[in-house]
Amino acid sequence: MDKKLEPIVKTVQEKFGASLEEFRNEAHLLVKPEQIVDVLTLLRDEQNFEMLSALTAVDYYPQDAPRFHVVYQLTSLAKNLSVQVRVPVNGSSPKVPTAARLYDVANWREREILDMFGIEFDGHPDPRRILSPEDMEGHPLRKDFPLGYEEPQFTFNFDEIDLLKPYAKE
Amino acid sequence: MSQIEEVSVAKFKHLVSERALTGETMLLNMGPQHPSTHGVLRLLLELDGEIVVNCIPDVGYLHTGIEKNMEAKTYQKAEVMTDRLDYMNTMGNNLAYVVAVEKLIDLDVPARAQGLRVILTELQRIASHLVWLGTSGLDLAAMSMFLYCFREREQILDIFELVSGQRMMTTYFRPGGVWRDVPVEFEKAVRDFIKIFPKRVDEYESLLTKNPLFIDRTVGLGKLDGAAALSYGVTGPTLRASGVDWDLRKARPYCGYEQYDFKVPVLNDGDVYARYLVRIEELRESLKIVEQALNKLPLGPVRSANRKFVPPPRSEIGVSMEALIHHFKLWTEGFSAPQASIYSAVESPRGELGLLLEGDGGPKPLRVHLRTPSFDNLSVLSQIVKGHLVADLVAILSSIDIVLGDIDR
Repeated sequence: MDKKLEPIVKTVQEKFGASLEEFRNEAHLLVKPEQIVDVLTLLRDEQNFEMLSALTAVDYYPQDAPRFHVVYQLTSLAKNLSVQVRVPVNGSSPKVPTAARLYDVANWREREILDMFGIEFDGHPDPRRILSPEDMEGHPLRKDFPLGYEEPQFTFNFDEIDLLKPYAKE
Repeated sequence: MSQIEEVSVAKFKHLVSERALTGETMLLNMGPQHPSTHGVLRLLLELDGEIVVNCIPDVGYLHTGIEKNMEAKTYQKAEVMTDRLDYMNTMGNNLAYVVAVEKLIDLDVPARAQGLRVILTELQRIASHLVWLGTSGLDLAAMSMFLYCFREREQILDIFELVSGQRMMTTYFRPGGVWRDVPVEFEKAVRDFIKIFPKRVDEYESLLTKNPLFIDRTVGLGKLDGAAALSYGVTGPTLRASGVDWDLRKARPYCGYEQYDFKVPVLNDGDVYARYLVRIEELRESLKIVEQALNKLPLGPVRSANRKFVPPPRSEIGVSMEALIHHFKLWTEGFSAPQASIYSAVESPRGELGLLLEGDGGPKPLRVHLRTPSFDNLSVLSQIVKGHLVADLVAILSSIDIVLGDIDR
């Protein structure tokens, strides 16, 4: 971990009881979902982390508690530092408070997580799907969402599979 | 499709103004099929006459599930997906991916491979900016720009074909180095390009920079200030045109960028014209890096000698049992990465191209998240087009240089 980052990490640890993981000079702080807005506010306003570089989630299925990690990658341009904040979330009706009021970029990124992982963001100004069609069922980046769900259609089995396809018919 | 759904304004109530609900302003779709949206992007516009009141971008028409697909492939095979991501920046995407994998498994890269990576990524940056310059010129009715820019871009694509066999889907960089050494014709091809290109940039500038029509259509349009840009996660030339000096090649050098002498152009106006000037200047700076890297290019191996991650050369397989075993293991099972997560980012022509790469201890990644710059850059559009004419919306949209493959993934 960078020398300049150590006091910042220490502040967050003391204030929020966050646990720390280190790997290849990166610092990952794990905090509870209800603390995330306060942690981000502290990092943005007092420690100059002006940019939320990345906001995404990771699915640890079949593990259930926690099943997801919501990952906030923060960058400070003034200090040239990066820190990652992770929020573990359980598998049943996962919910995290929104960061869209702190960083405008979180608006679209949270919509992407909602779309891909089905994690809801409390107080999000525009909770719609962003990449997949609005009538789609399921969340593609979850580990229990199958890859290659559709059977390949060839000449010999075209009609047979066509019957089973879920698209709208006359 | 048999069902045609009536789109009601109720769905977008929270995004449009009160006047749209009473029918005073008009809602109009621009795209998804529209030549000026640079791909399949749909913009839902709320218009008061010719003035844009609100703009709601709708993305996802090109969503191909690249992140999901990468999770199902080994680390070596997942790389081909990155080419398909941002098709104007294939070398840069490969670089972002291999740098991330090398960080995760802690792999060394020989100096010659680093030099080649820098030369090719900078050429790719020039090619990408040329496409941008050509198409945004086209949007403003500067037809000839398009022809000139594509002429020079073709020369760069020929160099890519020379080294990798492909013009666009190169997959030339591999974890631990590059695919194979460049052919002998490579140096001459790059030198030829270095020789002609500065003059060509001057020609582009003479067509646009002082052209009164171009200035009329670009100066003062789509103003974006630095603080808002950072909050929206805008990076790359769009951020640097708003007065924020942030370039990952300078701030966090990778692939030996610290050895090269180049400037990061920064302007304060934050309008379409400033973004144009920043990109034109970047063309020159990138060419400077290419020239320095080519002069400094050391001889030596182009792949790491760590056989646990990099397959041995063909010549060794016939004489060494161990090489054969390594070759077999790497191409059947792949290499394993630790159960850990890293984030690494490189500077693409559009901004910070980051990868969150998480391994699960096996040969396939648990999660690959691509933090693509166009996605965040586009999210600021709805803020900077308010109050402008529809015709200017086209100029503003092209000035933030989006690639839809990069947004939708």
